[in-house]
Amino acid sequence: MENEAGALSRVAGLFSARGYNIESLTVAPTEDESLSRMTLVTSGTADVIEQITKQLNKLIDVVKLMDMYECAHIEREMMLIKVRAANGGREEVKRLAEIFRGSIIDVTNTIFTIEVTGTSDKLDAFVNAVDQADIIEVVRSGVTGIARGEKALHV
Amino acid sequence: MELTGADIFARCLAEEGVEYVFGYPGGAVLPIYDALYQQDKVKHILVRHEQAATHAADGYARATGRPGVVLVTSGPGATNAVTGIATAYMDSIPMVAFTGQVPTAMIGNDAFQEVDNVGITRPCVKHNFMVKDVNDLAETIRKAFYVATTGRPGPVVVDIPKDITVHKAEYKYPKRVNMRSYNPVTKGHPRQIKKAIDLMLTAKRPMLYTGGGVVLSNGSRALIDITRLLGYPITNTLMGLGAYPATDRQFLGMLGMHGTYEANMAMHNCDVLIAIGARFDDRVVGNVEKFCPTAKIVHIDIDPASISKTVKVDVPIVGPVDQVLKEMLKVLKESKATPDAAALKAWWEQIEEWRAMDCLKYEQDSETIKPQYVVESLYNVTKGKAFVTSDVGQHQMFAAQFYKFDKPNRWINSGGLGTMGFGFPAAMGVQLAHPKETVACITGEGSIQMCIQEMSTCRQYGLPLKIINLNNGCLGMVRQWQEFFYQGRYAMSYMESLPDFVKLAESYGHVGMQITKPEDVEPALQEAMKMKDRLVFMDFLTDSKENVYPMVPAGAGQNEMILV
Repeated sequence: MENEAGALSRVAGLFSARGYNIESLTVAPTEDESLSRMTLVTSGTADVIEQITKQLNKLIDVVKLMDMYECAHIEREMMLIKVRAANGGREEVKRLAEIFRGSIIDVTNTIFTIEVTGTSDKLDAFVNAVDQADIIEVVRSGVTGIARGEKALHV
Repeated sequence: MELTGADIFARCLAEEGVEYVFGYPGGAVLPIYDALYQQDKVKHILVRHEQAATHAADGYARATGRPGVVLVTSGPGATNAVTGIATAYMDSIPMVAFTGQVPTAMIGNDAFQEVDNVGITRPCVKHNFMVKDVNDLAETIRKAFYVATTGRPGPVVVDIPKDITVHKAEYKYPKRVNMRSYNPVTKGHPRQIKKAIDLMLTAKRPMLYTGGGVVLSNGSRALIDITRLLGYPITNTLMGLGAYPATDRQFLGMLGMHGTYEANMAMHNCDVLIAIGARFDDRVVGNVEKFCPTAKIVHIDIDPASISKTVKVDVPIVGPVDQVLKEMLKVLKESKATPDAAALKAWWEQIEEWRAMDCLKYEQDSETIKPQYVVESLYNVTKGKAFVTSDVGQHQMFAAQFYKFDKPNRWINSGGLGTMGFGFPAAMGVQLAHPKETVACITGEGSIQMCIQEMSTCRQYGLPLKIINLNNGCLGMVRQWQEFFYQGRYAMSYMESLPDFVKLAESYGHVGMQITKPEDVEPALQEAMKMKDRLVFMDFLTDSKENVYPMVPAGAGQNEMILV
């Protein structure tokens, strides 16, 4: 997308105006500062996805669009999760973080803040694996994606 | 040369060949008005309400094919313009609307007459811009005209903060703009065109269904040529009327909710449907499940998003209608193939049976004026040559059914958004574009009151419109639906205390007439048309119980019409 004020709201506005669903959305500038890249996760029948694709392409701020589900691709999401970890629980949480290849990035006497990266499923699994009563706060970045191999989204 | 933003603005408009700007001044645009005051290339038309400015610009655009230009101030000026911008958006009308804005430093402070114009108009424009640097002004204006007029046309809003109009910059008007993310299609794909022709020639019961896209792309000539060459029946949507001559035998009338029996039946029973510059609107399609059950569909449209949006099509062609039709004609003429003459003959026999139903028949007695009769009389008196605008409601449908347009750009109405109040100001734009032509606004006592203040504008600029007010004392279409679907509970569809339209017209300095008897209809119209330099407000008291037939109720199939 053009890295311009208003580009994001055009996309968000299109989805709400036409009744499409945004499951997650991430956006940030790219190495070319005139462009920003958005990864948007949505759902719908093939017809709906086709309409969404066409309508997005009509937006003048959308420079190029790629449906990741049409090609082999990698998805990642990052999560920061703050978990109560006191006394005996500390070891348990630490072990769990290791299993999920997360890293503990902040520690207090009673709290671990853990960074976990992976597919959305993996993050869900981590959240479920932690004792629910110990979860203080969860923040997730939303999904970003990139195609495998030679295929690339560039202007 | 260094110029102020306001001077740059005026120069850019002149550079774009803008004849008229329709607008209304206010604080945020005072520098622009000051610049316009000091030049004579671009004329400004002062309306009485910003909504009218947008409709007038819209009417101008529809009648000429050139973009309509609007200038309004910030805040309420901009919000008043929104209805007209949305109207243009729904009908894909090229328009550039300039809105004033508070100075950049005050944006977001809830300043006096501040509103987020870009945010408010975003869902009803093709694109919009806010100019944040006077050095970008000329290029942004160039882009706005480029986007508004190319591809599928539409309105573009340019929001200009007041300080930008005062700051100075080097003036240079870019001849060309490059937008990497905007590349409208200029040609239909040859293989798709070939596929479409192959399918069209296999048809036993073909049908052409064409819309506003034909008018917008200047495709009328090519459409006439290809329709005559093939000998297929043709129907036009409300927006497409005039693109094919209505008096031609191959024309089956308008289709859709208030379309003719023959057009809707031919749609329902065809085996190959050729949709051209039409978007399968719900007022045309009715129930999608029941739409053209036996047809393979070809669809030509400039907008890929219109293809298979509501109705799945078999052969899509994305491209400008005019270019695609010309290419089709070429391919058709080069190939030796011809339509199946025997099948076509049988198909026409069937169609003639449907046509013999004479579904638009009405009876004019000697007592009460039928609205249909007024429109037919207007058609006769103007010899079918007037530019006709309409508002929204029963009168709009009667106008579409009974005024037979033989040329495009002459039937001007708000089809998509259905904006009451559109017709009268739109007619002002049409009259300015064609000062010598007869411009009639067919309206009703409900719609006309939504922009009636423009009588003052017409007086100021000497616009000799002919207002045909089909006054049945009620909101006819609302009343009709209440009669059909709400057991005759006429909630708020009857207006009390209507003004004396004759006196009202006179108070604005125009001619007013009231016509109450059927026998006076034609003579009154004759008399009004003779007053070439006067606006004549003709108040026809018409039958309040008259309904628009045929009618396909919402959600029904095209073959399920209420006929009387």
